Amino acid sequence: MSDVERVEQLLRSALVPVEPPERLSDRLERGLSELTEAAADELADWELSAMRDPRNWVPTVTAIVVGSAAAGGLVLVRARQQHKKRQTSGLKALERSMRGVASDVQKRLRR
Amino acid sequence: MPELADKQRLDRDFTELYRAHLRDVYSYAYYRIGNHHDAEDITEQTFVQAYRHFDRAQRESNGRPLRPWLIRIAHNLAANYYRDRSRRPQTNLDDAAILSAPLDTERVVEGLEEVKEVLEGVSKLPDDRREALIMRFALDMDNREIARALGRSEGATKVLIHRAIRQLEQGLNQEEEPDE
Repeated sequence: MSDVERVEQLLRSALVPVEPPERLSDRLERGLSELTEAAADELADWELSAMRDPRNWVPTVTAIVVGSAAAGGLVLVRARQQHKKRQTSGLKALERSMRGVASDVQKRLRR
Repeated sequence: MPELADKQRLDRDFTELYRAHLRDVYSYAYYRIGNHHDAEDITEQTFVQAYRHFDRAQRESNGRPLRPWLIRIAHNLAANYYRDRSRRPQTNLDDAAILSAPLDTERVVEGLEEVKEVLEGVSKLPDDRREALIMRFALDMDNREIARALGRSEGATKVLIHRAIRQLEQGLNQEEEPDE
């Protein structure tokens, strides 16, 4: 056996995989469950909060204006989903707001 | 933002990733940090960060295994750990290698000193060499996976591992022959 092979064998003996303690698995699974539930709630509320918060209008509308099919598609899908959930009048008001922001962004991009 | 169905699929895939690689991440963190308490924290943070970026990682992986990506997250967190605390890794033989490996009398009695020397030698290596050896021997990663985790080419990774083993070998030989 060469010296290198001997060292490799020693490394295999020394660097054995370490089993995580059970308390870590419990802690992680609890933490990740909370995270996935929070993400699910966030997903359900996303459209409403995104459209209510003016800070989200520019990135969202910019995505539409620059012609990102995926982003635009996503916004449309979201709009359709929300359409089923909300009163039509509320959505129209929001759409008008979005169109206003879109128009503003378009003007800025042309400059 | 993903669709609800996408999210369910992502969560399912992430659960598989977690189950498949919890031990890898923990082993890596343990050998990098050297104590169980901080290794647990690093492991937890690794999976939380991984969950947050899993969608994108999965899309960009083109079907390649995600273990190197996961280990790279742990690697970055471990680097932050050292930067924040200005620490070097500790080697805690009693907790790690001996307790985790299948115990037999021969190993405990005859191999203990040698294993201890190897672990001490590994802890003295430069960071990149030490990490490469942990990935190769504790996680059984191949050169391609290690290269992806370290952000290097496969060729550079092969050289890195070779040099790490050579350096370790020289260190062990010096300890065996202290007067020469």
